[in-house]
Amino acid sequence: MKKRFEEFIEAFDHRTGLHTGLRKFLYEEIPASSGWHQVFGSVALFLILIQFFTGIMLAFKYAPTPGEAYNSLRYILTEVTAGRLMRGLHHWGASMIIVIVVLHMVQVFLWGAYKKPREGTWIVGVILLLLTLAYGLTGYLLPWDNRAYWGTVVSTQIGATVPLAGPYVSRLLASAGDIGVVTFARFYGVHVLLLPPATMLLIGLHVFLVRRHGVAPAPGDELKPKKSFYPEQVFKDTVAVFIAFAILFTMALMVRVPLERLADPTDTSYIPRPEWYFLFLFQMLKVFEGPLEVVGTVILPTVAILALILTPFIDRSKVVRVRQRTLAAGIVLLAALGWGGLTGAAIKGTPPQTAASSIDFSGPTQWMGLKPAELSGIHYYREEKCAACHNVTGSEPKAGPNLLDTAKRHDQAWLLLHFKAPQSATPGSAMTPVNLTGLQLADLAATMKALTPDNGDVIDTAPAFAADGAALYQKSFCGACHAVNGVGGKVGPVLNGLASRRTEAWTISHFVDPQKMSPGTVMMPYKFSQVDMQNMVSYLFTLPDK
Amino acid sequence: MPRRAFHLAAIYILGALISVALAIPTLIYLLLPPKTRKDTGWVDAGDISQLAPGAPIELSFQQSRVDGWRVVTEKKTAWVVKQSDNQIVAFGPQCTHLGCAYHWDEGVKQFACPCHASFFALDGKVLSGPAPRPLDRYATRVQDNRVQLGALRPADQRNG
Repeated sequence: MKKRFEEFIEAFDHRTGLHTGLRKFLYEEIPASSGWHQVFGSVALFLILIQFFTGIMLAFKYAPTPGEAYNSLRYILTEVTAGRLMRGLHHWGASMIIVIVVLHMVQVFLWGAYKKPREGTWIVGVILLLLTLAYGLTGYLLPWDNRAYWGTVVSTQIGATVPLAGPYVSRLLASAGDIGVVTFARFYGVHVLLLPPATMLLIGLHVFLVRRHGVAPAPGDELKPKKSFYPEQVFKDTVAVFIAFAILFTMALMVRVPLERLADPTDTSYIPRPEWYFLFLFQMLKVFEGPLEVVGTVILPTVAILALILTPFIDRSKVVRVRQRTLAAGIVLLAALGWGGLTGAAIKGTPPQTAASSIDFSGPTQWMGLKPAELSGIHYYREEKCAACHNVTGSEPKAGPNLLDTAKRHDQAWLLLHFKAPQSATPGSAMTPVNLTGLQLADLAATMKALTPDNGDVIDTAPAFAADGAALYQKSFCGACHAVNGVGGKVGPVLNGLASRRTEAWTISHFVDPQKMSPGTVMMPYKFSQVDMQNMVSYLFTLPDK
Repeated sequence: MPRRAFHLAAIYILGALISVALAIPTLIYLLLPPKTRKDTGWVDAGDISQLAPGAPIELSFQQSRVDGWRVVTEKKTAWVVKQSDNQIVAFGPQCTHLGCAYHWDEGVKQFACPCHASFFALDGKVLSGPAPRPLDRYATRVQDNRVQLGALRPADQRNG
């Protein structure tokens, strides 16, 4: 059997040369100093392949046009089994590649492995780094949620500040004027059609050059016997790849990648922020203001890229031991400090996202469709701790009956009587009377009647700010003049879609002094506590547009 | 050479672990049907008075269907027949062989498929031809003299 197999391999190799080629590739001799510090290249290659794979998988269930993109991604996240994992791998894989590629560069830089004759390998590597960033920039738009949209607005406007070439950059990115369908098509095309083959070609060239020149030796290596790439170095690479994969897989499983609300070009309350690895650039723009802005947006990044490309020609000294490369270590340390400082300042300096814009739309959102009274009832349901004795969707055994069944069988009047005097509605009931006003009980009853097996988990999933805000909305009789989700008065404007008409700050000022903000209005001022005001405004700003 | 053997074993085992950890979610992702959303419920297909026992007619109606991430409303048809026991039965409009549209042949009092000559009885049973199973049926009910149709399902083999 074994002999037959070997004969087959030999015959196959005789015709294709694959086996000989593979052996030649694997049994390459590498310097004695090779070891764990050289695993990053293999890890980066592995992660790129993971991105290709998960990217193709996502493309199988994704529609690349605005609007549909959002809906199909939401479908992947909420309805497709393992869809969340697939997107998690692609999302976190992208971040991980940046980390690994930078570590790879730092290693090559510290060891001086870019020196003669390996300048070409280094330059191809720098171009690959830029392609990696281009993936991040173009991929950021593809979910077409608010984060994607506003992040891209900022990055394309940075592109537009390039002296002379600015307008052409805008034209190329199709981002002159508004970000729209053409911008999306352009970004998608670059992300899935242009970049992958370019990456493959350049990785091929990169690996070819590494092989052409051999792995860079350290001083003293020439006296020691060479090592074989396989299996010793391949073992180290595999262990590193496995660790990277284990971290990536765990992150994809455990860390939920949110999907924000559908991109809304009219949303004035949204604070754009780029992906974490672009934050330092974002922060640098705050340092250079006014006419100097171009220094931060264009000049410094260009200088940095040029310095990277020219590194092998700037540093032409002889290869020395890594421990003696103190200047190189100093440069790396300085760059790390600069990057870390700017990123940290950016994180500290950006105000927290408003409650309304940090809702995860890949989670349950049925609570948004509830009428104010129904959502307000959830506030009282929680306040009165109804869940201590009752279930809605849960299955854990509790003293009281399941509320889905109970509410279905009884009308509003019965529910109200039951809340006030449980024993007169249900003789022998062990329930204590609910100590709320008639209006509050009416809201609680409205919630009970609104529950269905489909939306029952709103009792648990409705965010506290929304339930509390709705309770305040009810208590203040906002519904006497305003309509929300189709119910309420017609005196004041419908409050759905407020987020696209006003900012949160404007709305707060309007509550305090309506006459000042809209002269002639019949609305009266409202003095809410700070917490109440925040809940109210956040609630109003999460109302669905229609 | 135990060191070499250890390296080789580690490479194969770790490689296999990664492959399996990727392959299983991928198969689930590609092969498992998505979580089904709620049925769209009953749709009105027409008045019951137009039905005479033993004379099927083709009714058309609008029905919503979940299509990936969308819900599309589309025109559909059903062959509706009042059985001898006054039961309303509605058949899906496609032959169970290869999906051709069949019609009611008044001459032989059978449903006839023009593609490969499958014939079905008034109750949907296969009389002759290559069709592998009886005609598919919509769930039906009658409310206020209107015929209402639900989901389309293969006829129950035991009754069919």
